[in-house]
Amino acid sequence: MALLEINDLCVNYGMITALKGISFEVNEGEVIALIGANGAGKTTTLHALTGLIPAKSGSIKLNGKELTKVPAHKIVEMGMAHVPEGRRIFQHLSVLDNLKLGAYTRKDKANIEKDMQMVYERFPRLAERKNQIAGTLSGGEQQMLAMGRALMSNPKIIVMDEPSMGLSPILVSEIFDIITSIRKDGTTVLLVEQNAKKALAIADRAYVLETGNIVLSGNASDLIKDESIKKAYLGE
Amino acid sequence: MGFLSNLINGISLGSIYAVIALGYTMVYGIAKMLNFAHGDVIMIGAYVVYLTSVKAGLPPVLAVVIAMVACTILGITIEKVAYKPLRKATSLAVLITAIGVSYFLQNIALVIFGANPINFTSVVNVPVIKLFDGQIVISGEASTAIVVSVVIVIALSLFIKKTKSGKAMLAVSEDKGAAQLMGVNVNRTISLTFAIGSALAAIAGALLCSAYPILSNTTGAMPGIKAFVAAVFGGIGSIPGAMIGGILIGVIEILGKAYISTQLADAIVFGVLILVLMFKPTGILGKKINEKV
Repeated sequence: MALLEINDLCVNYGMITALKGISFEVNEGEVIALIGANGAGKTTTLHALTGLIPAKSGSIKLNGKELTKVPAHKIVEMGMAHVPEGRRIFQHLSVLDNLKLGAYTRKDKANIEKDMQMVYERFPRLAERKNQIAGTLSGGEQQMLAMGRALMSNPKIIVMDEPSMGLSPILVSEIFDIITSIRKDGTTVLLVEQNAKKALAIADRAYVLETGNIVLSGNASDLIKDESIKKAYLGE
Repeated sequence: MGFLSNLINGISLGSIYAVIALGYTMVYGIAKMLNFAHGDVIMIGAYVVYLTSVKAGLPPVLAVVIAMVACTILGITIEKVAYKPLRKATSLAVLITAIGVSYFLQNIALVIFGANPINFTSVVNVPVIKLFDGQIVISGEASTAIVVSVVIVIALSLFIKKTKSGKAMLAVSEDKGAAQLMGVNVNRTISLTFAIGSALAAIAGALLCSAYPILSNTTGAMPGIKAFVAAVFGGIGSIPGAMIGGILIGVIEILGKAYISTQLADAIVFGVLILVLMFKPTGILGKKINEKV
């Protein structure tokens, strides 16, 4: 059984049918990339997964448990954390408070403290700036905070929405290295990216979304050589 | 000495406005709506205090606690019945609904308690303070209002800064979606906000009617509007802003009455608001909202 199983998922966004019955799965320990052009439905998919928008039909199963009827605030507790597009950290709160909110549903104080240290080791910049107001961090630091905040819930799977958006090339590489290291430490990753090249380089498998449908899927190493992918998403 | 007396009276009235303004500012900060029925919750709170303390003879503190519980239930119910179904509606729809709730409460009170104003007996048992050989007299009601409001502001600030529920409130006020991703129950947080605001309204009702002992179904309306002005004045969404705004509005009103014109006092209050908003649209402590690109 896959860790995350999506079956025939349809989502309406206002009057528009944003997802027209997509199915895919994420196995434990994998990094899965979801690539596609603007408006293909990538962000909608992630929003549906963590309950920010309701599914019209179809099913989302995490560890075999149906999520489509579960309210958004219950999902993080079930093991899925979401690093949203545009980071959406709490700008007026300190770095430390942002991280604490990441662990909002947890009660195991000792382990929260351990995970806090783990996040600080992974992102030393956050440790240096833990009392700083999050809105004053640079874009790259804010992205790290968003990731650290998600890790603080001790998730089985993290879904990340465009973590490289708006960052300098050096930072983009750094973010992808971090994603690889998060996976190495045992957390499954579902990655939505416009930077298809980098995403395919670190992913095990990938799905290609086009106007609400999955049009292609396979091993990332195969997709990166696919002519249609090269033309459409890799700019070659 | 006359000026000092007026100033103290202004601060005292302003302290009551501040307690009311806290309810406005918290609800605005977290639910992003103007709850224009807030003033009428004060009126209901004052009636409950009147019934339990003056009529039933319960000790004042107990009467106020009962009123707080009653207003908390009322506030949560209003939110659930009138505002929650409109969570995704335009802010104008919510605003009109709030005005509707306000009239509803006023008319319910009219039906239950009648049209004749009631002479409210003060529930404050604090001795008068005399300073400078009796040249300045501070009534028990005035000193109590000031002390109570300071305690409330400090307690509320600590609650928001130090507790998990308080942090959840801040998270919801900034980004409801992101707060949900953290596992924060947004609906429950909004209910909690209404509960706190309404409990404070009960305290404000008791203080207001103890200082100005006439109670009718429209008692809450004008102080409610002025407290709203105070909240905007101080920077809506900001707790210290509500305190500062409240006290300034109270002082301006009393000094305006004493030195300019009794009739014009309210016009002066609103005039000052217009001036402040012309030069500092976010209010004194209001945060400028920066969109990060």
